[in-house]
Amino acid sequence: MADIALPPQDISVVEGSYLENIGKHKGLAAWLLSTDHKRIGIMYTVMLFSFFSVGVVLGILLRLEMISPGGKLFPPEVYNALFTLHGVIMIFLFVIPGIPVTLGNFFLPLQIGAKDVAFPRLNLFSFYLYVIGSAVILTALFVNGLPDTGWTFYVPYSLRTTTGVTVAVFGVFIVGFSSILTGINFLTTIHRLRAPGMTWFKMPLFVWALYATSWVQIIATPVLAITLLLIVISRIFGIGIFSAAAGGDPVLYQHLFWIYSHPAVYIMILPPMGIVSEIIATFTRRTIFGYKAIAMSSLAIAFIGYLVWGHHMFVAGMSQQADMIFSFLTFIVAIPSGIKVFNWVASMYKGSIDPQPPFLFVMAFMVLFSIGGLSGLVLGSLATDVHLTATYFVVAHFHYIIFGGGVFIFFGALHYWLPKMFGRMYNKKIASWDILVMFIGFNLLYFPMFIMGYEGMPRRYFTYLPQFETLQHISIVGSWILVAGLIVMFVNLIHGAIKGPRVGPNPWGGTTLEWKTSSPPTHENFEEEPVVIHEPYYHEEALTR
Amino acid sequence: MSEISLPESAKHTEHAGHPKKDVHGIKMGMWLFLMTELLLFSGMFLLYSAYRYFYTKEFHEAAMYTHTLFGTVNTMVLLTSSLTMALSITALEKGKKWLSVTFLSSTIALGLGFLVIKYAEWSTEIHEGIYPGSPMLFRHPRGFELFFAMYYLMTGLHGLHVLVGCGLLTVMLIFIVKGKITQEDSVRLEAAGLYWHLIDIIWIFLFPLFYLVN
Repeated sequence: MADIALPPQDISVVEGSYLENIGKHKGLAAWLLSTDHKRIGIMYTVMLFSFFSVGVVLGILLRLEMISPGGKLFPPEVYNALFTLHGVIMIFLFVIPGIPVTLGNFFLPLQIGAKDVAFPRLNLFSFYLYVIGSAVILTALFVNGLPDTGWTFYVPYSLRTTTGVTVAVFGVFIVGFSSILTGINFLTTIHRLRAPGMTWFKMPLFVWALYATSWVQIIATPVLAITLLLIVISRIFGIGIFSAAAGGDPVLYQHLFWIYSHPAVYIMILPPMGIVSEIIATFTRRTIFGYKAIAMSSLAIAFIGYLVWGHHMFVAGMSQQADMIFSFLTFIVAIPSGIKVFNWVASMYKGSIDPQPPFLFVMAFMVLFSIGGLSGLVLGSLATDVHLTATYFVVAHFHYIIFGGGVFIFFGALHYWLPKMFGRMYNKKIASWDILVMFIGFNLLYFPMFIMGYEGMPRRYFTYLPQFETLQHISIVGSWILVAGLIVMFVNLIHGAIKGPRVGPNPWGGTTLEWKTSSPPTHENFEEEPVVIHEPYYHEEALTR
Repeated sequence: MSEISLPESAKHTEHAGHPKKDVHGIKMGMWLFLMTELLLFSGMFLLYSAYRYFYTKEFHEAAMYTHTLFGTVNTMVLLTSSLTMALSITALEKGKKWLSVTFLSSTIALGLGFLVIKYAEWSTEIHEGIYPGSPMLFRHPRGFELFFAMYYLMTGLHGLHVLVGCGLLTVMLIFIVKGKITQEDSVRLEAAGLYWHLIDIIWIFLFPLFYLVN
């Protein structure tokens, strides 16, 4: 393991690292009561991936139901419960908090050379809000029979069903509040705690991505909060705010819901985009091409992302002008996303590419994200959307973007930063082959859904016409391959974190500030406060070539 | 505001028990939080505008059933409380601790007064048969029910904020008395003051929308 470009302090101290307990608490309490952003980040990671595992199991069962037409495996109600839970857990408890609360918490202060976030105690408070909120959601969904609303809680059904929607929605409200507080914390941190010399345009692109994400979080989440609160109040007091009987308009609920939930898609995808920039810069030994364009396109995506929520509602009965405007704006979002992809590809040109596991994840991301993005344009066009809406095509598009785009990079980021977090390395050979397995499994699982959706297979049905049987079976086999890949990956990562060989502070030759401190970092992050002189992706050896 | 200009090096000596408070950062966090509060209400303002657009005439007629006198008195109460809030902060900054405590107590008292009046108002209305789903509203055109749904929701949520604000100010009061908030370190009181003013501003918008549109 050749360490390239070792930083000034070439030490791999583990004594005094953040993993060692200091202070008056011992054992588990030293973690649960810690305001150290690194420990909070790790705790979030454990929570999130526990939920992720549950979500994956539910997803597998959803697929398995399709083994034969007619729903022989579970009754329809159980199928409804499965897709509702899969959606709620994956969206609200996994991808929306996602990268910011886990790796963002851990690496934002490190990347800007700070000792912690601006409000450490608030950070811990957000964590507990998240824990409480998720506990409320999960218990509530089972109180009054199986949940059956889908993750969107659309009215009027969500007002009429007798299942535990009221409390579950309130749980989502609490989780949303946690997300708002994290956003405020990160924004203040980025504004106030950058190391001397780190001007805005010397910030790593992951920090830019978190900055844009945090704005989306604090601007969009309150709208969701009030919308969900309205459901709670409507159900408890029988206020007919969305009920047509009282003169209300159910479509307004959809508007309010998507005013949040569309920007939420960008909460899910912007941080991974930031990480892609980091990984490409590190493994091509080049500065990133079009740094400012990438930074600004994050903000542009965040901004335009607010104005496109209507594309979820083309068939919900909006006016035709509204449909056309939303469709047009949807196409506009593709521009900043395209800017990023082209800049990433350009960054690799003449780079000295080192295909380590994190970089391979980025390669997989490029393919999957492009397929997902382009299929999004098919859905963003009015004529085709009418045909494809609420079919498997949407499901495939969404999973290509969020799973293939976002979550694959989440995995890539774990592979990238695990040596920094624990000072140890996983088995890189296994990791590399495993990426191939997951890539194949993923495509087998979701690509047939594009075809089935195009041929008219509606989503959220427990049964299907016999003509789809072959494609459904391919998809089911894909889900097994993908899960096998996931299991290998987690075992490899966990084993690496605990028992892997020790590595130095900078195993990849990264240039951003987190690589200039020890692995794992000390409680205070840096021995002495770093001073930033160069732009973030300044590779010294690149100049001598 | 002179304490804001911390030297560059002092900014980063935070953490680890002996924080040099980043006053600017705390205020920034508070402003961002206030923005999220505004957006929380904005969802309801959006609903209000949409329904008022659908049922313009009914909304105007329904607004005649709200009690403008209650509303006006409450507006005055809340505006006065904002004044005493500002006075309390100024008094503390000038080093007059007990004057500040007096003003802060009156702010809390006015806030509670607002809630009492609100309670009286709601009771009157419910007594008159105006509440969501009531038979009385059922006899009126459809927009009536929506108007009063919005009325109870928005003033209710606002009232909840007043209650939370009173709790927050009470904590601040205890801090001042115990000497945890002082002339030199008054940023928490200022932040709480910002929150109180926000509550006031939201009411300033609610008042015309529900009492004066007739």
